[in-house]
Amino acid sequence: MSIVATAVGAVSADFTPPGVEEFWQPLFGTDGAWAITRPILLSVLSVALISWWLLATTKKKAVVPSKGQMGTEAVYGLVRNGVAKDLIGSKEFMRFVPLLFTMFVLILTNNLFGVVPPMSYPTMGRIGFPVALALIVWIVFHVVGMRKHGFFGYWASLVPSGLPKAMVPFIFVLELITDLFTRPVTLALRLFGNMFAGHILLVLFVTGGWYMLTNGGILVVAGGVTWVFAIIMFLFEILVEFLQAYVFTLLAALYIAGAVADEH
Amino acid sequence: MHAVLVTAEGGDEGFWATAAPIIPHPLEFFFGLATFAILYYVVAKKVVPRLEQIYADRTAAIEGGMNKAEEAQAQAQAALEQYQAQLSDARAEASRIREDAKAQGSAIIAEMREQAASEASRITETAKKQIDAERQQAVVSLRHDVGRISTELASRIVGESLEDETRQKGIVERFLAELEAGEVVREKVGTAPTTGEGGDA
Repeated sequence: MSIVATAVGAVSADFTPPGVEEFWQPLFGTDGAWAITRPILLSVLSVALISWWLLATTKKKAVVPSKGQMGTEAVYGLVRNGVAKDLIGSKEFMRFVPLLFTMFVLILTNNLFGVVPPMSYPTMGRIGFPVALALIVWIVFHVVGMRKHGFFGYWASLVPSGLPKAMVPFIFVLELITDLFTRPVTLALRLFGNMFAGHILLVLFVTGGWYMLTNGGILVVAGGVTWVFAIIMFLFEILVEFLQAYVFTLLAALYIAGAVADEH
Repeated sequence: MHAVLVTAEGGDEGFWATAAPIIPHPLEFFFGLATFAILYYVVAKKVVPRLEQIYADRTAAIEGGMNKAEEAQAQAQAALEQYQAQLSDARAEASRIREDAKAQGSAIIAEMREQAASEASRITETAKKQIDAERQQAVVSLRHDVGRISTELASRIVGESLEDETRQKGIVERFLAELEAGEVVREKVGTAPTTGEGGDA
């Protein structure tokens, strides 16, 4: 027990757990607000990769698809039919499909960068990216809502019909906060938080395991176990990355559906 | 908050390394928008139209295939009906032919039977005629022989010179004619056969 205690003591003395600074990786330019950072390069790389893949696999427009086209069609079908059509309805969903599909593949690819070497960095773990995407969704669902119901009609449509008159102002304020603030913020924070925390966990498992393996003694066993868990965490992280991309797209579609719905 | 202000003024370069992770980095935020815009352009202009085209083509192909299948089925049905009609026609034809053959066969048999009968009667007729002719020949020859023999016998008995005379006078012929006429015969029958028998013996 005392050995372990001293070992742990030694660890806490030398081992520095990964933190916020893990994500700060400026590569070019300044070290400040306009630094070109690793996630910026990764986001550009992701757009290049996705564009190339999508254009290459849909070039032939084959009725009987190749494997690549089949993969693209599966993802497209998931967003188009599984998300957009189901939530927005078959009448209006088609004009939002490009938006939702772009959201999904962009987030999914950048999330998967978190576990794929040599990228090994979840772009969405930097809040700037999820905020940008959430802002786009926020603007879109407000604009389509106002186009559909008119400026005042849209705000009025936030309150469900059939409420007692006394309740209306109260509910309106609540709905306004949800609509203007809660939805975009949670949309961005959910994605960011999952990617950020997941990456920190992975780094912790890997670096911690490595530290214990290299520091010998009884800790070698613990280090081995830690690395086994790191592998499990990697697999789990892939699931989370997919889920977060899906949830973000799903919620974006849900907000748009709410804005274009006839009855709120 | 103070730190943010300082950074915005561009003073503290180390700020971003330890800044709270929920503070958006301006350039990253900008790239978040820009990368989305670029990808959205590609997807909206190229990828989605292509995929929708594929969907439409596939639907058309499937519907076309279904139409084709229906057509083929109708054709098969028509062919089946045709075959069945042909088959029943053929059956009728076959039974008709069988009937004809039966009738023809019985006609042939009757004809053959008739032919055989006429042939048989012809053969019988011919045989009878031949027998008659042969009998006639035998009668003629017998008559000649009997005449010669009896003449010879008589001439041996009466005298050899009688032969020529007898022949000249046709005695034998006359005798035989009388014999056939039957009047004279009876008186001499008793002697003549006896004589004949006696002559033979």
